[in-house]
Amino acid sequence: MYELAVIGGGPAGLAAAYSAYTNGVKKIVILERDKELGGILNQCIHNGFGLHRFKEELSGPEYAHRFIDMLKDTSVEVRLDTMVIDITPEKKIYTDNPSGYDVIEAESIVLAMGCRERTRGAISIPGTRPSGVFTAGAAQRYLNMEGLMAGSRVVILGSGDIGLIMARRLTLEGAKVLACVELMPYSGGLTRNIVQCLHDFDIPLYLSHTVTEVRGDKRLTGVTVAKVDENRRPIPGTEMDFDCDTLLLSVGLIPENELTRAAGIEMDPRTNGAYVFENMETSIPGVFACGNAVHVHDLVDFVSDESSRAGVAAAAYIKGEKHGGDAIPFKNGSCVTYTVPQKLHKNTTAEKTDVFFRVNKVFSKSRIVVSDENGVIASFNRPFMAPGEMQHIIIPTNKLKGSESITISAEEATQQ
Amino acid sequence: MTELTCIGCPMGCRLTVDEENDYAVTGNSCKRGEIYGKNELKNPTRVLTSTVAITGGIHDRCPVRTKDAIPKGKLFDAMEIIKKTEIQSPVKCGQVIIENILDTGIDVIASRDM
Repeated sequence: MYELAVIGGGPAGLAAAYSAYTNGVKKIVILERDKELGGILNQCIHNGFGLHRFKEELSGPEYAHRFIDMLKDTSVEVRLDTMVIDITPEKKIYTDNPSGYDVIEAESIVLAMGCRERTRGAISIPGTRPSGVFTAGAAQRYLNMEGLMAGSRVVILGSGDIGLIMARRLTLEGAKVLACVELMPYSGGLTRNIVQCLHDFDIPLYLSHTVTEVRGDKRLTGVTVAKVDENRRPIPGTEMDFDCDTLLLSVGLIPENELTRAAGIEMDPRTNGAYVFENMETSIPGVFACGNAVHVHDLVDFVSDESSRAGVAAAAYIKGEKHGGDAIPFKNGSCVTYTVPQKLHKNTTAEKTDVFFRVNKVFSKSRIVVSDENGVIASFNRPFMAPGEMQHIIIPTNKLKGSESITISAEEATQQ
Repeated sequence: MTELTCIGCPMGCRLTVDEENDYAVTGNSCKRGEIYGKNELKNPTRVLTSTVAITGGIHDRCPVRTKDAIPKGKLFDAMEIIKKTEIQSPVKCGQVIIENILDTGIDVIASRDM
């Protein structure tokens, strides 16, 4: 019997396990299906990680290393090559590993499974089905961990960060990246990646464009790209043909929650992650969730912060601090697409409440407004907001406790 | 006059740099924008990250990076050297793999244990 089982040994699981340990939990196990810890960071060999957390620019493996090293001198047990098949509300964990089937029991569970990439099937691109169409992250793993190039003439659909990073990486390795094509009128990636990965190498970014045809029999031979109207429908007559052997898809990430759903944990259709309270607890008391399994983050630093909070909360639960009872829901206001947490325990003892959310359009000078049925509770000015940049506000919890529900909204700061 | 997008933070300020006026930067919201704007035109540098072939490790490639930024114009030449490099496990994170690449004064280091 463990006190805590952490499912997933990526950045979220590592941070949750470490902070639970430093908060007094000694019998912890991390269950990781890969042959090593670190998760997606192992293939993210580019730099830019850790600016917030460690005040220096690290590569992904270096960032993972920091946490793996911190765990080395602890009693935290790690089971590699271990696939979790099922979890139950009673906190039984069914696993498969090279030596066979095993059932683990724990007082508390942290769900830190991360996310997966959206695939061609999820976005329905017309055309044939040749080889040469990859998700950007799959191509990244092939190149950075296995030394295999996806192809030599590349078009990238979607301007998410992984796609942008791969545009630079493939160019440096000798491939020709012909274009990065984005359906929306703005990029889904960080501005610094547009500059460092596309502008640096003169790779054109086509905003409000999409791939309308995929050609090729065995291997991809080309794609057609067209401009789209404001309803995101291709405009006839705007087609451009690219001769390419590779199409990378960087069209979004989906939190991985098969285990969560099967356990009957309440899910949020806006995030595709579990509904969580302010302490990252799910609808099953003692089961916590964090990182990209809850909502897709832009920066691993924020994953670590959130997961540390989940680890602290799991430790408190194990020591006997139980919540339950009434909850106050957070609601989307104008221009806000989701919030994490989704609910606040009325009996929480936390002094501050961290709220994360995304807006649905690009704002310049703007304001975030927190309100309830009686009016405005707090507001925050922002010089800039975009859908690609997760927003974070911290509200004193006592300001929220008397509300029926709390609404987070975003607005232009035109009037005083 | 050259227009740039600052990469110092998520705001992405549109900078204008005047080469004929001692690289005066306008359009920035903070000091970092000014530094970036000047450096970007005088001597743009980037940290280069890649992989080298490794035998005896958990994977076939070991990630490496330049310890500091190197001139942007030398990225492709540096890649040619990195591509030809083969190493033997074990290596330690931070261990020098290629010393003083292209006489930049900057080493290429392993970015994980393997």
